[in-house]
Amino acid sequence: MNSAKPMRRRPWAAGIVVFLGLILSGGGYAAATNVVISEVGSPEQVEEGRKLFLANCASCHGTNGEGAIGGPSLIGVGAASVDFQVGTGRMPGQGSGPQLYKKPVQFTEEQISAMAAYVASLAPGPAIPDEEYLRGDGDPTHGGELFRINCAMCHNAVGAGGALTEGKFAPALGGVTPKHTYEAMVTGPQNMPVFNDSNLTPEDKKDIITYLMYIEENDSVGGFELGSIGPVAEGLFTWIFGLGFIIAITVWLGAKSN
Amino acid sequence: MSDIEKSYSPGLAKDIQKPIKDPGIEPHRVRMTDKSEKHAKTAEKQIAAMFGVSVLGAIIAVWGFFAFPIIDGDLSATRNNALWMGLGMALSMLGIGFGAVHWAKTLMPDNEVSEMRHQARSSDETRAQALEIVKLADGESGFTRRKLIRRSMYGAIAFFPIPAIIIFGDLGPVVGDTLRHTMWKPGTRLTKDPTGIPIKASDVTIGSVFHVIPEGLSEMEEHKLEEKAKAAVLLVRVNPSDLNEDPAKADWSYQGIVAYSKICTHVGCPVALYEQHTHHLLCPCHQSTFDLANHCEVVFGPASRPLPQLPIAVDAEGYLIAQSDFLDPVGPSFWDMRK
Amino acid sequence: MTNTTEKKSGFVGNTANYLDERLSVAGVLKGFGRKVFPDHWSFMLGEVALYSFVILVLSGTFLTFFYQPSMAEVHYDGSYAPLKGAQMSIAYASSLDISFDIRGGLIMRQVHHWAALLFVAAAGLHMLRVFFTGAFRKPRELNWVVGFLLFVMGMAAGFTGYSLPDDLLSGNGLRIIDGMIKGIPLIGPAISSGFFGGEFPGTEVVARLYSLHIMIVPALIIVLIGVHLMMVIIHKHTHYSGPGRTDDNVVGYPLAPVYVAKAGGFFFLVFGVIAAISATFTINPIWNYGPYDPSPVSAGTQPDWYIGWLDGALRLAPSGWDISVFGFVIPMGVMVPLVVSLVFLALVAAYPFIENWVTKDKREHHVLDRPRNNPTRTAIGAAGVTFYGVLWAGASTDLIATNFQMSLNQVLVAMQILLIIGPVIAYWVTKRACLSLQRKDREMVLHGRETGRIVRLPHGEFIEVHEPVDEYELWKLVDYKNYEPILARPDENGKITIGNRLRSAVSRIYFEDRIAPVSKAEYELAHADHAPAAVSEKPKKKQKSIKA
Repeated sequence: MNSAKPMRRRPWAAGIVVFLGLILSGGGYAAATNVVISEVGSPEQVEEGRKLFLANCASCHGTNGEGAIGGPSLIGVGAASVDFQVGTGRMPGQGSGPQLYKKPVQFTEEQISAMAAYVASLAPGPAIPDEEYLRGDGDPTHGGELFRINCAMCHNAVGAGGALTEGKFAPALGGVTPKHTYEAMVTGPQNMPVFNDSNLTPEDKKDIITYLMYIEENDSVGGFELGSIGPVAEGLFTWIFGLGFIIAITVWLGAKSN
Repeated sequence: MSDIEKSYSPGLAKDIQKPIKDPGIEPHRVRMTDKSEKHAKTAEKQIAAMFGVSVLGAIIAVWGFFAFPIIDGDLSATRNNALWMGLGMALSMLGIGFGAVHWAKTLMPDNEVSEMRHQARSSDETRAQALEIVKLADGESGFTRRKLIRRSMYGAIAFFPIPAIIIFGDLGPVVGDTLRHTMWKPGTRLTKDPTGIPIKASDVTIGSVFHVIPEGLSEMEEHKLEEKAKAAVLLVRVNPSDLNEDPAKADWSYQGIVAYSKICTHVGCPVALYEQHTHHLLCPCHQSTFDLANHCEVVFGPASRPLPQLPIAVDAEGYLIAQSDFLDPVGPSFWDMRK
Repeated sequence: MTNTTEKKSGFVGNTANYLDERLSVAGVLKGFGRKVFPDHWSFMLGEVALYSFVILVLSGTFLTFFYQPSMAEVHYDGSYAPLKGAQMSIAYASSLDISFDIRGGLIMRQVHHWAALLFVAAAGLHMLRVFFTGAFRKPRELNWVVGFLLFVMGMAAGFTGYSLPDDLLSGNGLRIIDGMIKGIPLIGPAISSGFFGGEFPGTEVVARLYSLHIMIVPALIIVLIGVHLMMVIIHKHTHYSGPGRTDDNVVGYPLAPVYVAKAGGFFFLVFGVIAAISATFTINPIWNYGPYDPSPVSAGTQPDWYIGWLDGALRLAPSGWDISVFGFVIPMGVMVPLVVSLVFLALVAAYPFIENWVTKDKREHHVLDRPRNNPTRTAIGAAGVTFYGVLWAGASTDLIATNFQMSLNQVLVAMQILLIIGPVIAYWVTKRACLSLQRKDREMVLHGRETGRIVRLPHGEFIEVHEPVDEYELWKLVDYKNYEPILARPDENGKITIGNRLRSAVSRIYFEDRIAPVSKAEYELAHADHAPAAVSEKPKKKQKSIKA
């Protein structure tokens, strides 16, 4: 239950938020424009990333990330894209199908950062988001409203996932880290559209993440959720368990006693 | 054939002589509780225990009500309240139910008995008497004889309910032209849903999708939802080379930015599932699929019409504006939509 | 007369006397107290529906004390954090308050909704039981129609209630209804305007649905239940075929005390099960869906299960069939599902009359058919169930696709194909299965039960020992009606009417393939080799007969 969870907010966190807010308010303005400048990693890190890229990615994405038969160009996709695709295990991909699946992650944190730095060095693109937007201390009401308007049609009102055309699907959002959620919004992986910073501002994205964290951290007040997929699960439950249990009772009721 | 024979004819059924005579109801099977007083006593105790459990359940339900007062923002209080009241109620109900049925099954007689049925049909005598009454009533009133009265009465009965139907005439206004028009007017800015912030063409990068409402809608006091239900728009930028535009509508888009009605032409769900690479728009309700790169034509599912396109342009400040209202009615097809 | 009461009568006796002198309750008790009801688990399904309805009335009454059917906008200020400050209708806000801020509110909401799902499910299952056992035959045809209306009213009650919280899910459901209404030629837009009080969604519809949901529909249901039960009393309950059970009697237990305890206890059991489910399983978490807004929609937008088949029909409709007549549009994507579902419902309602028209059997039927003993009816039922089932499954194509990792489009196309060929396959398979089961029954009557014991005869032949069934079991296997198809014959005027031709054709479909019950002659012939006949005075004593 709620009270059993450790406190997420510490008293000193507020101070840090204010401090960071002051520093980053300038950055916020910069982020509202469309060109997002990635932080460029150190030359060593970029070089390390390039080696990893050549060994693991170049066969599909081209030796300079320009794209090839198997995969799209990575020029301008930014560090966020690499961090999302590799960090959730979707890349390196297995075969080509309508959809890339989440898999066990193949690389260490450092290796992912190195590859992200390399790809970011090719051209400017969305950067890995700031910790500030990922803490879940935004406005869950606004986040919920934005989530319903921009996300729920594919991912379901509480992020249980949903179907797209021809075997593709929008994945469930449970267990996805706030960082990856943010990165997915700014980069638009696979068939997901891009939600750039003028469409959903970083504050908006923070609110959406806050909403998602709230519903993930709080158990449903009604009891077991049956997958949160709505009336179909409820109907099946009624027929199989509700009616099934009652029929078991009627059979007992009609059977002769010994 | 007599009346009764006619109304009880077996039709296509053919009788076959049964191989054996009906042996009658099976003999009664003796239960443990019938022959042993000890078993009967045990059953009695079990039943009493179940009723006891029921009392306990009721107490738990009452305890649950008081033990978990609502605490603002604390969902666990609400959860516990529902859980313990529900479980307590369940226990109290199931205790009574299982107790009563167990009682019936173990201690009440379980000899099956037979009772005769009566045919639904009344006896000939009764039917004759009933007919007599009808004839008598008819004669006394002159219902058949006095044609004028009878027919004028039919007329009155036919007419009196009409006001009861007409009185509902003001349930809704007469349908005017509202289904064909939306809030969009030449020069209306495209703004973000729900904030109402206007959108610049430069904001809409390739692969982006914006959920759009007309400028001014978010501040509306009245009829906001009615207008939104018609005016909601999806704004997408695709690579202009991917866009197969109708030459007649070539100036309806702006550098690959296209705006289409978000309301499905099948039965009106918001069609909002946009796939960036296939440019397909999917309706989550009935799976109608529209090809956004190809004038939103239906490529799958039960819809029949393409989603109407909103002609857009850019104003002096770089904001996206509507050139006009939709030229086709938005949403589900209706009878006189082409008139 | 009062002095006839026993001397020891205290308070109870006096009260009974008081009531009888004013209401003749003794007569009622005398008439009903020992009425016989047959005992079978499948006879309790209607009771489940009835009790669910009682629970619905009880829990619904509680909800009316807190629910406000207004679409005026407010800013939410309740306990649920992710909606604090959100703009929403009073209806939605008060539903949230019931869920979060009123003690006992959430459990009552969940009891109400689970009971509603169970009500329609139990009614549907009860209908299937009545159909497959032929309980709708004379004199109960009209009661079938009343029951059918109850089922339709159950759906109406469910749908009007589903929309009351004014959340995003139900709002989109209403929008679909609006889209369907608008598609009806000529009158559609006007009906929509009348229903919503103007344009969708308007500010009226929740209050109107509330009137329907708490007054008109339940009143109709109560009246129909009254008629339904009254007819059960007039006709007395049916019973399954078995020894001692005939069309002239009813075999079972008396109302008092056995059925008072069993049926009374059963009410508490149904309530208890619903309460237990409601305490532990979330239903319709309206707080997840958010307030209604015409722009958003959630993936997996579906109606409650009993409307699912209609939603499925909408999904499975093929595209591009719209017809334009003199510039007027008839949207077939709406009209085809609408007409198909109405025809399906009409066939369900009319089935007793159709079957009676074929068999011309005008006798009263109180002994139920075992489903196998009327193969064609059972097959028609299976086809109908399949048709309904495919439509129902059609309403969850998206969930089937995601949960079984299939393509949404292929699932939908497969459903379209299945909707056409599924019922045909179901019909054929069921009919063959019934005929096979009947053959097995014949075999059992004529030669007894296979024991699995192999015996070697002195001359070296191996045979299996068969054990004759006892006479009670045997009666069950032979006691059913035997219908034969008719040829179209000229009537008195020497003409063969179209009706007669049709009837003869349909009767051939029904009864061409049939397995007649074992007759006395056949039975005696089969047992001629091994006198005496298998049935002895004492059926318990196992008499071994050997099948040659």
